[in-house]
Amino acid sequence: FVLSYQEPMLASTGSTLLRASNIAARALGAAASGAVERTALFDLHNELGGKMVEFAGYEMPVLYDGLGVLKEHHHCRGEGCSSLFDVSHMGQLRFDGADRVAFMERVLVGDIAGLEPGTGRLSLILNENGGIIDDCVASNAGDHLYVVVNAGNKAEDMEHIRALMSEFSGDVSMSYLEDRSLVALQGPGAAAHLQTLTPSLNLPQLSFMSGERTTVAGVNDCIVTRCGYTGEDGFEISIPSENVTDVARAMLAIDGVQPAGLGARDSLRLEAGLCLHGHDIDQTTLPMEAGLAWTIAKRRREDAGFVGAGPTLEQITNKSFNRKRVGLVVEGAPVREGAEVYSEDGETRVGTVTSGTLSPTLGHPVAMGYVDRGYFKINKKLSVKRGKRMLPAKVARMPFTEARYYQGP
Amino acid sequence: MLANVVRIAARAPVTRFAPVARAMSTKFAPSHEYAKVDGKIATLGITDFAQAALGDIVFVDLPEVGDDVEKGEGFGSVESVKAASDVYSPVSGVVTEVNDVLSDTPGMVNTEAEDGAWFIKVEMSDEGELDDLMDADAYTKHCDESS
Repeated sequence: FVLSYQEPMLASTGSTLLRASNIAARALGAAASGAVERTALFDLHNELGGKMVEFAGYEMPVLYDGLGVLKEHHHCRGEGCSSLFDVSHMGQLRFDGADRVAFMERVLVGDIAGLEPGTGRLSLILNENGGIIDDCVASNAGDHLYVVVNAGNKAEDMEHIRALMSEFSGDVSMSYLEDRSLVALQGPGAAAHLQTLTPSLNLPQLSFMSGERTTVAGVNDCIVTRCGYTGEDGFEISIPSENVTDVARAMLAIDGVQPAGLGARDSLRLEAGLCLHGHDIDQTTLPMEAGLAWTIAKRRREDAGFVGAGPTLEQITNKSFNRKRVGLVVEGAPVREGAEVYSEDGETRVGTVTSGTLSPTLGHPVAMGYVDRGYFKINKKLSVKRGKRMLPAKVARMPFTEARYYQGP
Repeated sequence: MLANVVRIAARAPVTRFAPVARAMSTKFAPSHEYAKVDGKIATLGITDFAQAALGDIVFVDLPEVGDDVEKGEGFGSVESVKAASDVYSPVSGVVTEVNDVLSDTPGMVNTEAEDGAWFIKVEMSDEGELDDLMDADAYTKHCDESS
C-alpha cells in the first residue's frame, strides 16, 4: 500500500508556530529554531504506548498502542466512560488591566462585557477583512480574562493581539501561561470521574461553559471549565505543568477513564459538527458563511467595534455570502478534505469538502464543506467526487451525533 | 505506445514450466501486499505489517469480478479513520472473486489480514511476475529494515 491521503491535521505542519515574531517567540520561551516541542505529558504518553506524531509544532500522541482511534473514539461516548486528552499544545492566554474587556471586544466578536464571572463563550478573532484568524474560548475569570486558542495559530494570534495593543491607549496586558498544561476529560462519565478528584467543587452546580479555580487531585491552582470538543459532557482542566503528570495519572487510575489521542479527537469533533481551524474555517472564511454568526451578539453587531466588523456585518445584513459551510452525509465511501462537491446530477461543481471521515459512531461517511448558494437547504441532494466515482450525498444538520452537553443545574 | 505493445505481448498465454513448489506459496511485494498462489489463482491482500501501520480500518474499496488488474497498478484502497491508502497489485490478471465480507466488516483486515481478510482472487496472466516478488524470509527482512 502507499499512503495516498493523510488528514492534514496529522501531516507535518512545519510550525507556523515557530515562525513567530520576536515578541511572540519570547512569550513562548522558545527559540525560533524549528525544533519540535513536547508537552509536560510527553513521558507519560510514551509510557502509555502513545504513537507520537508532529502536530502544530508539538510531538503529540495520535493514538495509543493497545487502543487505537476507533476504540478511543467509542470509549469517549460510552456510558460511564470518559477519555483523557492532552491538549497542552493549545495556547492559554491571560489578559489583565482595567481596560481588558474593552480591549478584548476589539479583538473578539463576542459579548465579553456580558460574561458573568466564571463563564466563558466561544469567540472569533478576525482579520480586517472579516476572515477568521482563530476561534477560541474566552472566559471571565473575575480579575482577568482567560482565553484558550488553537495550537497552530497561537503565535499568529499573539502577534495580532500585540499589534492591536500597541494601538490601544487603555490599560491591558497579555501573558502567555507557559507554565500551565491543559487536559480535556470528556464523556458521559467525565463528571462522576472528575468529582472524585475535586472534593471542593460541586460539579452538578457547574453549568456548561462555566469555570472555577480549584484543587484537582490535591493540586492547587487548577482551572476547571465545563467545555470541550467532542459533543459530550466534559471538562478542560488547566494544571500547573510541574503537577500535570500526577493529575493525569490520578485521572487514568479511575475505573472508566482511558487516554485518547488526536486521531479520536478529530473524529469526535467532526461527528459533533465542530470546526477545525485551518480546514473548516480560516482567514478566507467570514463568520456568516462559516455558520458562526451566532458568536456575534446583537450588541456587538450594533457597536461594530471588533476588527473586521465592516465586511462581517455587511455579509450578515445583506446576506451577501455566496457559499456556506454545511454538513454532508455521503453514501458509499468516505470523502476527505478537498473532495469536489457537485449538483445531484454531477454536472455542476458546487462546493468542496473541508473535513470528512467514516463516522465511527454512525457507521457511515460524514463530512463538512462549503457549498454554493442554491444548495444550502437541509436534505438538498448533491454528489461528491471520489476518484472516478460520483457518490450520492445530501446536506445534513449538524451535529451528526446527538449533542450531550450538560443541561444543569 | 511501445510499452503497450510489450504489455499485450506479456499478456498472451505464456508456456512456462511452473515448479511444483510454486503451486501453494505466498509471495510479497515491497509495498506490503501479498499474493497467495494456488495454480493460476493468486489471492491478494495486504500484510499484517501493513494493517498494523494503517491502524483501525473502516473502509475497503475493491474492484469487481471481471475487472483487470495490472502488476504495480492500484486496484483499490483501504481507509482508516484518518487516512486513505492505495493498494497495488503484485500480479496482472483478471479478478475472479471479491471478498464481499469486507464491506460489512472492514475491521477484519486488522485481525486477519493474511487470512480471512483477503481482498480479491485473480487469475494470473503471467505467472512469471511472481519471480519479481519476495518470499516470506526476504519480506520479513524488508519489514525489519523498514521499521
